[in-house]
Amino acid sequence: MSAFLLRRLGFLLITLLATSFLVFAISEFAPGDVATKILGPYATADQIALLTEEMGLNRPMPVRYLDWLGGVLSGDLGTSTLFKQPVNEVLWGRLANTGLLAGIAFALIVPFSLVLGVVAGMREASLRDRSISVASIIATSIPEFASGVFLASIFAVWLGWLPGTSPLSLGGDWSVAQQLVLPVAVVVLYDLGYVVRMVRASMVEVMRAPYIRTAVLKGLTRSEVIFRHALRNALIAPFTVILLQINYLITGVVVVEAVFAYPGFGRMMLDAALAQDIALIEAGALVAVVIAVGTQIAGDIGYMLLNPRIRVR
Amino acid sequence: MSAASALVLFHAVARSLLLLRYSPVGLLGAGLVAFWVIIALFAPLITPYDPLANDYAALADPGPSAAHWLGTDNLGRDLLSRLVWGARSLLAIVPLAVAIAYLVGCLMGLAAGYLGGWVDALLMRVSDIILAFPVIILYMIVLAHFGPSAINVVLAVAFTAAPQIARIVRGLTLDLRNRDYVAAARLRGERPLYIMVAEILPNTRGPLIVDSCLRLGYSTIAIGVLGFLGLGLPPSDPNWGGMVKDSYALISVYPHMALIPCAAITSLVVGFNLLADAIRELGQND
Repeated sequence: MSAFLLRRLGFLLITLLATSFLVFAISEFAPGDVATKILGPYATADQIALLTEEMGLNRPMPVRYLDWLGGVLSGDLGTSTLFKQPVNEVLWGRLANTGLLAGIAFALIVPFSLVLGVVAGMREASLRDRSISVASIIATSIPEFASGVFLASIFAVWLGWLPGTSPLSLGGDWSVAQQLVLPVAVVVLYDLGYVVRMVRASMVEVMRAPYIRTAVLKGLTRSEVIFRHALRNALIAPFTVILLQINYLITGVVVVEAVFAYPGFGRMMLDAALAQDIALIEAGALVAVVIAVGTQIAGDIGYMLLNPRIRVR
Repeated sequence: MSAASALVLFHAVARSLLLLRYSPVGLLGAGLVAFWVIIALFAPLITPYDPLANDYAALADPGPSAAHWLGTDNLGRDLLSRLVWGARSLLAIVPLAVAIAYLVGCLMGLAAGYLGGWVDALLMRVSDIILAFPVIILYMIVLAHFGPSAINVVLAVAFTAAPQIARIVRGLTLDLRNRDYVAAARLRGERPLYIMVAEILPNTRGPLIVDSCLRLGYSTIAIGVLGFLGLGLPPSDPNWGGMVKDSYALISVYPHMALIPCAAITSLVVGFNLLADAIRELGQND
């Protein structure tokens, strides 16, 4: 177990180094002159040269990468050229906002997907299974910006029940809770269908297993078969899938945040990418990789604990 | 791909389509996809206006009218014409991106699964690293840097899909490499490349047909999203995501400008996904 953990942490470290270097190299590929970006189009050549010198931008790329890496290791993520603030002051607040959105969505996705998936999977090809399956396919097929537009035109424009934007500010007519409803609804709609299908597939597979047939033939009632025999095995595989949704919910919600002007991590990354704000892009990329690989490791460990048949070498 | 494996693939696709008559939901999916493919093919014949031409007189009332059946956008451009040309560019880019991803992914997966050893280790570690990085953030970083263009969008989507395909193909190859017909080909003295492409690849078709159909759906969403974020095609080209981006701010006044392209992209993705599900289900039952 500890050897397994060490190997996975090693992989995390290598991935962090590889991605951060690649992002640095891409930025170098189209330099776009950072000093010009900061000073604006009317800066004189002398001003640009001075700032370039001050920021150390005229040193070779590998040197600057190592310099940046040293800063990161001592907790200094650099300064955002877009927000004109240290990255540390921008990043964590945005991440907390996305965490709020993701947390509420996750708390809804888990129970709904388990119930719907189990109900659909316990009688394969029944009418109930067919309806839930087709509904989940359709739900996952609606791009987030499209469901954002659909829901906003119904609930914000037509009925006027909810705000069409969610900047999380307290000054306006809408409470924070009301501002959260539509972004959460879009995320849940898009993600729920996928998880439901995973739970259903696992449940269908278990219900086909010989030991379930034995339990039925033994004369147990349907609910006994499902609750005492099927459910425990059927929930092992979806555990990993559900845990991996945390990754999507935090790093993949760019579109929802863009639709509703939600001040979260995804929109910060979009703005940083459009403004070529390298320090902020790098910091965000590191956070994204840590979350992605971290949820994978947590998923693997949980899977091992739940399923005694799996022994990791 | 050799002529024989092309024939095998064609036969498999044709058989899946014939089987669809047993699945009403699958037929609906096939119908939605076919509808948009026909629209895209005949775009120049269908469109009443140039998708870039501005009709400023129509701006007084941009809603649907006799002259503009679906209305116009915020610059007075005919929405129906833009929708049709948007279908054409989307249905050119999405299959191209998926095809490139398949070409690279299949070769990676075959090499990793059949050759094993350090080739396998290297290819899979590289895939792991690409897969660990959140796709949407990768798109943003790459496309914001290299600028919006059809080629960049195709390459970005193919780059992130290829490792996923490689994983599937590798898994199938690990199983197929121990079959008798592969051993026979090896005894005949065939080269590894021939064995991989002519003996193993055609037998991976079942899962790959379903996956490619799902992937067309995902890639449609991805390209729509890129357009919506302003990272997709150049702004002048009509594309569904970009149409939503341009009109979203006007949703309280002229909701049709955003709703129509949203409905279009949703129907296309629903089509791909229903089709994929039906093919998967029919494949399981025979």
